[in-house]
Amino acid sequence: MIPDFFGGVDELTRLLLSATFVLIAAGISRWQSADLERDLVIATVRSFIQLILIGYALELVFEQDNPLFTVGILVVMVTIAGRTSSARVKELPYASRIGVVSIGVGTILTVGILLLFGVFEFVPQDIIPIGGMVVGSAMTAATLVMTGIHEDFYNQRLVIETKLALGANAREASMTQFRRAIRNAMIPMVDATKTVGLIKLPGAMTGMILAGASPLEAVRIQIIVMYMLVGAVTFTGLIAAYLTYRTFFNKEHQFIDMSIKNLV
Amino acid sequence: MGSKILETQCLSLRRGRQTVLTDISISIKRGEVLVVIGPSGAGKSSLLRCFNRLENMERGRILFNESDITTLPILDLRRQIGMVFQKSAVFEGTVADNICFGPRLRDETLTHERILELMAQAALEPDLIDRDAHELSGGQEQRLAIARALANQPSVLLLDEPTSALDPIATHKVEDILLHLRDTSGLTLVWVSHSVEQARRVADRVLLLEDGRVSRFGTVDALLDHERGDAHTLAFARGVDDNDAVGVSP
Repeated sequence: MIPDFFGGVDELTRLLLSATFVLIAAGISRWQSADLERDLVIATVRSFIQLILIGYALELVFEQDNPLFTVGILVVMVTIAGRTSSARVKELPYASRIGVVSIGVGTILTVGILLLFGVFEFVPQDIIPIGGMVVGSAMTAATLVMTGIHEDFYNQRLVIETKLALGANAREASMTQFRRAIRNAMIPMVDATKTVGLIKLPGAMTGMILAGASPLEAVRIQIIVMYMLVGAVTFTGLIAAYLTYRTFFNKEHQFIDMSIKNLV
Repeated sequence: MGSKILETQCLSLRRGRQTVLTDISISIKRGEVLVVIGPSGAGKSSLLRCFNRLENMERGRILFNESDITTLPILDLRRQIGMVFQKSAVFEGTVADNICFGPRLRDETLTHERILELMAQAALEPDLIDRDAHELSGGQEQRLAIARALANQPSVLLLDEPTSALDPIATHKVEDILLHLRDTSGLTLVWVSHSVEQARRVADRVLLLEDGRVSRFGTVDALLDHERGDAHTLAFARGVDDNDAVGVSP
């Protein structure tokens, strides 16, 4: 028996046929000694299982239509995103907390504003996919900001301390690096917004068209999604930048050398 | 030269498990040039960082004009005790933007004439005023750092090997500027140097730090005079000179 999920023999055949690409990639990897066959197989099986499980979980949540379940899923998304983001800057203290808080607040603000203006309704069918997109973009922004500030502050420590020595407070001394980090986090989103539809059709729109929606309806939703993601990236980037910059200074406007901890 | 402007009492500093400074008790007179010498890692730069409060000492006190520096507003203190680093950091913008950095933090605007005056004090040519600061040579950058620190009108200037990256001509120029400032405006200079010859040229008094402790502290004559100087300091000086000579002897 084939589970309903696959939508019958034809659908299952389509699914399996699409896996041909993975086989081709594995063959090329072996031919070119790229040594990626094992990773490819793991990634393929893992993504298959993950997506099926998510599919069943979403079916369940959609059927229940319980706000607590919806919020619960968003909390799980934010937590995983925050921890993933912080894994890139292990040396930064409280990175995980900064990741979760900035992505969480960024998501609440973005989704909250959309709900407030009645753009979407608080139903799992709207909130979960929208929340997923917001959290995904916010995660990228948080990662870029945390890694950017961490690297820039260390490389530019002399400039920052020279400004402190001239009587600048912590914020004034690190303003250039702070702005640069936010800018670098926002540029990919701004560029994507500029070229949307010209270089590639964005995910939400593609999905809707494939699912049978009219291109115009898909475009309408995509516009909302793009603007929403600009908001998510901005909110999260700003919060992550503020929280990250704060970890580098004490209240006496001294640059904290985190490498000292290694000596203790 | 007169009253004490800076004084340390049993100052100690640790970083993690590492002891950087131990029991430093010295006083610095208003308008004097104190040169701090010692081997690498002796704690010379760390002492300056404590004066400017870029770092907090672990124990002891530092008095500035007889007030404990921890009781003074830290940003004001840093303006009054200026610091020039070994490697100068140039900020974005022009030479004028760099010089105005400190005053601008307090919403003060420097007039064109005042900027030129500060540039002249640091022997920077007036036509550099609108030049992008990143285009300056090493010597010009260091003189810009001095002008930028002077714009805050400090009463003490901490100098962390300000000439170590400069050629002999630029070194002498910077030395002349700083001594001239001391003579004309009574600026007190605490000058970290790796060159004993430089200490002989510019110092009123010399502090020899070794292993984070005061090894010798006194006048140049008492410590570095070839005939009458302190045996230990002269032995140290000879060691430094010998090491220096290795690189330049044919």
